[in-house]
Amino acid sequence: MAHESILIYRKFRYLKWALLLVAISSVLYIAHAPVGSPNGGTWLGYTLGTISAGLMVWLAWFGIRKRSYKGSSGRLEDWLSAHVYLGLALLIVATLHSGFQFGWNIHTLLYALMMGVALSGAVGLYFYSRFPRLLSQNRGGLSAEVMLSQIADLDRDIRTLAMTLDDQTNNVVYESIKNTRIGNDFLRQLSGTDPQCPTSAARHYVERAGGQGLSTARRDLLARLVKKEGLLRRLRRDIQLRLGLQVWLYVHVPLTFAMLAALIAHVVTVFYYW
Amino acid sequence: MPEIVKVAIVGSGPAGASAAAHAAKLGMAHVLLERTDHASDTIYKYQKGKFVMATPDILPLRSDLQFQAGKREVILGAWDQGLEDHQVNIRFNADVEAISNKDGVFTLSIRGGDPVLAENVVLSIGLQGNINKLRCKGADLPFVQYQLDDPDEYEAETIVVIGAGDAAIENAVALSRLNTVIIINRRGEFARAKQSNLSLITDAISRGDVQCYYNASPSLIEPGMIVLETEDGEAKVPCDRIIARLGASPPRKFVESCGIEFPSSDAGALPEVSETYESNVPGLYIIGALGGYPLIKQALNQGYEVVEYIAGNAIAPADQPILEERFSGMGDVKVNEVLAAIRKSIPIFAGLNPLLLRETMLESKVHVLKEGEIVFQRNDYSDTFFTVFRGTVGIQINPADPTQMVTLGEGEFFGEMGLISGRRRTATVVAAVDCVLFETTRRTMLKLIQSVDDVRRAMDKTAILRQVQMYLTPGVPAEDLQSLVETAEIHRFKAGEVLFEEGDEGDHMHLIRAGSCTISKRIGGKDVVLNYVPSGNYVGEMALLSDMPRSATVRAAHNVESICITGQSFKALMQSNESVRTAVESKFRERIRSNEQMEGRPEAGNIIQFLVEQGVGEGTDVLLIDESLCVHCDNCEKACAETHDGISRLDRGAGPSFATIHVPTSCRHCQHPHCMADCPPNAIHRAPDGEVFIDDSCIGCGNCQRNCPYGVIQMASPPEEKFDLFGWLMFGKGPGPGDKTHLSNDKSTGAGGDVIKRAVKCDMCKGIDGGAACVRACPTGAAARVSPEDFMSLAMLGR
Repeated sequence: MAHESILIYRKFRYLKWALLLVAISSVLYIAHAPVGSPNGGTWLGYTLGTISAGLMVWLAWFGIRKRSYKGSSGRLEDWLSAHVYLGLALLIVATLHSGFQFGWNIHTLLYALMMGVALSGAVGLYFYSRFPRLLSQNRGGLSAEVMLSQIADLDRDIRTLAMTLDDQTNNVVYESIKNTRIGNDFLRQLSGTDPQCPTSAARHYVERAGGQGLSTARRDLLARLVKKEGLLRRLRRDIQLRLGLQVWLYVHVPLTFAMLAALIAHVVTVFYYW
Repeated sequence: MPEIVKVAIVGSGPAGASAAAHAAKLGMAHVLLERTDHASDTIYKYQKGKFVMATPDILPLRSDLQFQAGKREVILGAWDQGLEDHQVNIRFNADVEAISNKDGVFTLSIRGGDPVLAENVVLSIGLQGNINKLRCKGADLPFVQYQLDDPDEYEAETIVVIGAGDAAIENAVALSRLNTVIIINRRGEFARAKQSNLSLITDAISRGDVQCYYNASPSLIEPGMIVLETEDGEAKVPCDRIIARLGASPPRKFVESCGIEFPSSDAGALPEVSETYESNVPGLYIIGALGGYPLIKQALNQGYEVVEYIAGNAIAPADQPILEERFSGMGDVKVNEVLAAIRKSIPIFAGLNPLLLRETMLESKVHVLKEGEIVFQRNDYSDTFFTVFRGTVGIQINPADPTQMVTLGEGEFFGEMGLISGRRRTATVVAAVDCVLFETTRRTMLKLIQSVDDVRRAMDKTAILRQVQMYLTPGVPAEDLQSLVETAEIHRFKAGEVLFEEGDEGDHMHLIRAGSCTISKRIGGKDVVLNYVPSGNYVGEMALLSDMPRSATVRAAHNVESICITGQSFKALMQSNESVRTAVESKFRERIRSNEQMEGRPEAGNIIQFLVEQGVGEGTDVLLIDESLCVHCDNCEKACAETHDGISRLDRGAGPSFATIHVPTSCRHCQHPHCMADCPPNAIHRAPDGEVFIDDSCIGCGNCQRNCPYGVIQMASPPEEKFDLFGWLMFGKGPGPGDKTHLSNDKSTGAGGDVIKRAVKCDMCKGIDGGAACVRACPTGAAARVSPEDFMSLAMLGR
């Protein structure tokens, strides 16, 4: 069973590659004494630039590799592990290529975009390494479908129990059954909570209404509302976590395309003004 | 004096119609007599749109009538056309009342018509003309019927279906779409039905589509009601219609009145016929179901052959050319001589009747091997059975030293271990000298084991000895094991049954030869699983060694076959054999240590328990997902769809989880695949690497889908055309990467639909480089395929 995370994959093989690349680049950078300040126009600058550009294209190629299911032998896990470590190495190699010269120009824009891509990737990596376990814990062996069907069962009970109680209770309970939303809009999903959840409101109401002790029906109702609230909390958390596993890609991928465009512009201008 | 025809054929079913067509073609004076106003009444009465099989596939069709698997209507149409084309002389509404013979001329008296005179008579009346009826009062009331043409004819009725066979089940389930259906079963289960119908009816009952009265029989029928005798007393069931499907039996009275003798008084007994289908009355022939050949293709062939025999042509059986071709590798040999030699020299086949032996050889391959050629390799996943016809083979008993061999000579068999356990080959087998072997398919052997006692006995005896030698006492000669093997018995346990309980007296041990077990112990009032034992291991030796009560409970994880060895013979063997003692004792110590370890880690035991409950134990290669790594990207499903015609054979999200292990809905490639149990075209196979796959001969009947307890088989329409990534991205052509095809692939069965849907399932990416696409496409390493041997290490991860 080859269950190991991409970070420790094959005993850190790609971390070693990345460190080697960074080490060689750094040593060369320090040893290199160019005329004037270090910049992208020296032989080392061109070398590091070429390596960086190659890495960028290769890293972006991951999107294609991920979708080529047929002809590609080997495991995608290999690629992702390498993608992560070499992507981080790129930050240093590209920085050395820049010679720490920044300004308001296309070159620095490319640098900024690259940083954006790397940062979003790092966030993704964090989510990937943390959320699956949280998801699993949150579900506790139940699938989302099972939780939904449990809620449906609870709703049925709640409706029956409320029938025996006063109108006001019936109203809040009806609200809870009718208007509880799981998911809703993007921000709601991302927050994983619903401050206006009618089920919570109903639970509060039933709790407060029983100031002088609860009748049996009320106690049963409250127990079910509490249970439903718990399930809702878990479902919302589930959606939040699953969204988290995707949402960073909505930044990472568009920024990658922007970066590739900027890369072309950067290379063209450099050669044009040579 | 009326004309005397050469042959009168009674009954226009497949056998009779085929005989008449051939007689007409030969220009033989003939008449075909049919009781009803249409030909082939039995098939005419099949449920509308029923898909009719053309088994056995290997048997060539030899008839002037067309026949291939298809819908009832198409088949009947082709036969009617055939009768017309050949200008068959057919008389409808001609119910033959009696057949008498005087001076070599038969007189067939016909109810309300002129008699027919004939030199020969072919009786092809089948069994369905004599349908079994209910025996209680009211059985002839108009709302009681004994057949069902079109289930959609009835709507919103309450219908009672009586019977537990295939016809009753098919009717009940088909009727339940539009009606309230109650099925009455005389027994406690549907044992007579074939496997797919069994799951069909049990599903329908558990869903509530069909109600069932078990152990109930009708005692009285009154208009609008049936009274049942049940275990809990009388039950009155109001209903609009009663359909009784109780099978049919030979119309014995009529047949006997023709002078034909029956071999026994048994109600189901059939008259005996010669090789040319002639009965004890010369000139009177019996073919088709009444002669013991219930399959349509056999009946059609017999119709052709019987006419040839009557014409005086001694033609060979239809399968002769196939057998000739099959045996051609042995040089210039005669089929009948080879068959006779097989019967003489191969004891396991000696007890088969000529027809069964022919059928078995049709399902076998002949291998003519040169000295040193390999038959199969150790760890191959093939599941066929071999018999040695000529020469000898060598079994390499020690993988490390191929020169250590046990030889098997003429008439012996091998390969039964894989057949029984459903697992990899345990040893490599090579041709010791030039030899001739027969390789018989798993399906055929299982059928023989089930139906022929001699085969089962011969197989068990040898298999026990070999399995004991292989797994328990390697290197001990057969002579020393004699008493142990003779006292050993085969025991069978269903999933969940206990082999022995903690605290029991221990006077025997079990060698698990098929299936697997869990070992558990009661700790703090709770069963804690300590170990998982796959087949090829033994349990119960601890109590024998220590003379203490059982220290743990052993339970079958799924269907288990064990060789039960008595304590006495085992102890005797231990005393006489040093090496066995050392091996068993070291296993004993290892087990104590491992139990100790596991007792402190109940969570690991729980994982084993969970995996066993999910049926992972009967798998050979199971897809598991580590939830602590899975990012829910569904790339596994997309990869599966991309490599398999756009239909993913796995459902990642579905299926249960425990701790962080998730068992998605995906094929487990079972040791004894449930899907294989009842595949009419025999389209499901196991490849040498273990993958269970469905080939192109699938007819879309849906049996495998119903038989799979894990719901991993889908019925799918042919795939939609696919374009490259660029075409999809820029022009929206075809489905995208990993997209589901637009054509429906719902889970309804395909038989009868206009587009034939075929069964699709995981084939473990057979034929694709690099192995399973789902695992390769997993970016985070969460997906992995494991075999039961890996369970322990998996459980020890204990996360």
